[in-house]
Amino acid sequence: MGWILVASAAVILFLQNYPLYIRSVPTENELKFHYMVHTSLDVVDEKISAMGKALVDQRELYLGLLYPTEDYKVYGYVTNSKVKFVMVVDSSNTALRDNEIRSMFRKLHNSYTDVMCNPFYNPGDRIQSRAFDGMVTSMMIQVC
Amino acid sequence: MRTLGAGRLLGTGARRMADAVLFEFLHTEMVAELWAQDPDPGPGGQKVSLSVLEGMGFRVGQALGERLPRETLAFREELDVLKFLCKDVWAAVFQKQMDSLRTNHQGTYVLQDNSFPLLIRMASGLQYLEEAPKFLAFTCGLLRGTLSTLGIKSLVTASVAALPACKFQVVIQRS
Repeated sequence: MGWILVASAAVILFLQNYPLYIRSVPTENELKFHYMVHTSLDVVDEKISAMGKALVDQRELYLGLLYPTEDYKVYGYVTNSKVKFVMVVDSSNTALRDNEIRSMFRKLHNSYTDVMCNPFYNPGDRIQSRAFDGMVTSMMIQVC
Repeated sequence: MRTLGAGRLLGTGARRMADAVLFEFLHTEMVAELWAQDPDPGPGGQKVSLSVLEGMGFRVGQALGERLPRETLAFREELDVLKFLCKDVWAAVFQKQMDSLRTNHQGTYVLQDNSFPLLIRMASGLQYLEEAPKFLAFTCGLLRGTLSTLGIKSLVTASVAALPACKFQVVIQRS
């Protein structure tokens, strides 16, 4: 249950409510995002338990917009292995559509799966993969 | 034209067979390598080799647990995860599904495979019964690793009454 947060912001990846990966642009805003992200974790948990009760057959991994603040929009995603991804995007970035956010989360998920399959990675450690960093960088360049 | 047709026919079937065989050979070598150091290690040494194999299986299972599940949230309850092991994981690794899954509904599951691919080439019946545990340790770890990634802590053991049938017992560890 790790968390990953991405924003224009930041990308943070969480496992059991401690961070596996944090990346923000610009980097000095990291502390601000920590607070925002901890709040969003509660929302993620709410959404997951709400989905659990729903009788819907197909439960999505993409959780959608968790909550909007006046400056930022926070999106969430959860995997079957209970890893939570949180993405924080600047509100002024109105060009970003829902399906683009979905595809970014999918890319994050695929890269995280690759990290898990890396024999030099111990599950539960902070992610230090340069390949993962590179993927996140290219994603943030797209967003900012 | 004929060669093309034959190639296409052999294509996917042969590839799948090749994948399975590669893993079987590798697995056999892993077991042989661990026992080659000391062919008669005694009970203490045996335990170490078995736990090494189990540990390898565990790490592989962890990765598998991340890679295999589909694009939707598939597991509402524990039983769903066990069914996933029996169907999807077994099919991905052994090209067949588990033959039966039983539970006491109190956290113990027994998964039965009547012709376990890693035992099937060895013998049929009671010959090599003593050696069988060596060939089950990795798979026990695999099951435990996949369960671990999917959020379930467990203890997995295997037993063989007669090759190639075997049972895997999964006991959920609740803290």
